[in-house]
Amino acid sequence: MKGVFSRLLMALLFKKKRVKIGIYGPPNAGKTTLANRIVHTFVDEEDDVGVSTEVPHETRRVVKREGVNIDLTKNLSQDNTASNPKTKRSKAKLALDVVDTPGLATKIDFRDFMAYGMDEEVAKRRAKEATEGVIEAIKWLDDIDGVLLLMDSTEDPYTQTNVIIIGNMEARGIPVIIAANKVDLPDSSPQRIKNAFPQHQVVPISALKGDNIEALYGEMAKAFR
Amino acid sequence: MQIEMRLISKDKMESMSSMEKLRFVLDGVKSGNIVVLEGGLTSEEQMKLIELTMIEVSEDFPGIEMSGYPSKSGFLNLRKKTRLTVVGPANTMKTIKKGKDLISAIISST
Ligand SMILES: Nc1nc2c(ncn2[C@@H]2O[C@H](COP(=O)(O)OP(=O)(O)OP(=O)(O)O)[C@@H](O)[C@H]2O)c(=O)[nH]1
Ligand SMILES: [Mg+2]
Repeated sequence: MKGVFSRLLMALLFKKKRVKIGIYGPPNAGKTTLANRIVHTFVDEEDDVGVSTEVPHETRRVVKREGVNIDLTKNLSQDNTASNPKTKRSKAKLALDVVDTPGLATKIDFRDFMAYGMDEEVAKRRAKEATEGVIEAIKWLDDIDGVLLLMDSTEDPYTQTNVIIIGNMEARGIPVIIAANKVDLPDSSPQRIKNAFPQHQVVPISALKGDNIEALYGEMAKAFR
Repeated sequence: MQIEMRLISKDKMESMSSMEKLRFVLDGVKSGNIVVLEGGLTSEEQMKLIELTMIEVSEDFPGIEMSGYPSKSGFLNLRKKTRLTVVGPANTMKTIKKGKDLISAIISST
């Protein structure tokens, strides 16, 4: 009996608070690619959060992965970036739940999916699911402790959806990190994102190739703890 | 085809509750109008508008195009002042350039 009680007490005293981090952004920004990378690095190389493709609205349901322990004191040999000696050891750990969300959009036209070779029926079903996915992603904002807002650095960042995601989080006092993704592409411009949102932390990354990804984890550990 | 623009005064906006405003905007946009709101919608209202829009997306109504100036902090940061919001049907309105103080949109009926 004593064992059970002391273990319970220990569990209560040392219960690590896990933060729920939502990966948000427009369709195709690379949200699922990043969620997969985080889980591959810190949980299981074989475990995919979701499928990433070049077709927008690939993710149409919110997916949560619990108990991801980001630990920058370990050597992240999978990453291209050399480990950053400046990353403070004390801030280098973060326990989180990763929430991959469907891309936010103000319009969804089934005809756009037909351009990717889907027949009409498939395209219409996908459009319907995509609208439900957007609603689900918005509802999840109520249940999130921090937002990783992903943008495609080859695209114009100053869109109304990006602006209102940030506005909503500011109104709720929830921290936001902007990740300027796809910096491996030649026409990417993370600077354009920094200019559009000068009051925010912007971390240039490549979710696909791993560029600068450790810096992102470091910022997450600082902002979301 | 003609496209109607509705410019809604701040007084009218303030006389409505959040939900009334959003219903009013969405009904206007669904019947093909461009709706310009003096004073604008808050970020929360705009997010809610996206949610309502998604519920009503159909083959004939693919959704909305929305643009606007972000709110400015008011007194002691307690109240954010919204400025202007433009909402139109996604199949006729396209924002081509959105800056801090200039928004360009193209309206076409084709
Ligand atoms: N070059 C490059 N491509 C990337 C990067 N990250 C993602 N992509 C590609 O971008 C496309 C979209 O990636 P996803 O991860 O599916 O994007 P998403 O944000 O989850 O998209 P939705 O689920 O549709 O909202 C895929 O073809 C990815 O391979 C990156 O850092 N660099
Ligand atoms: Mg996805």
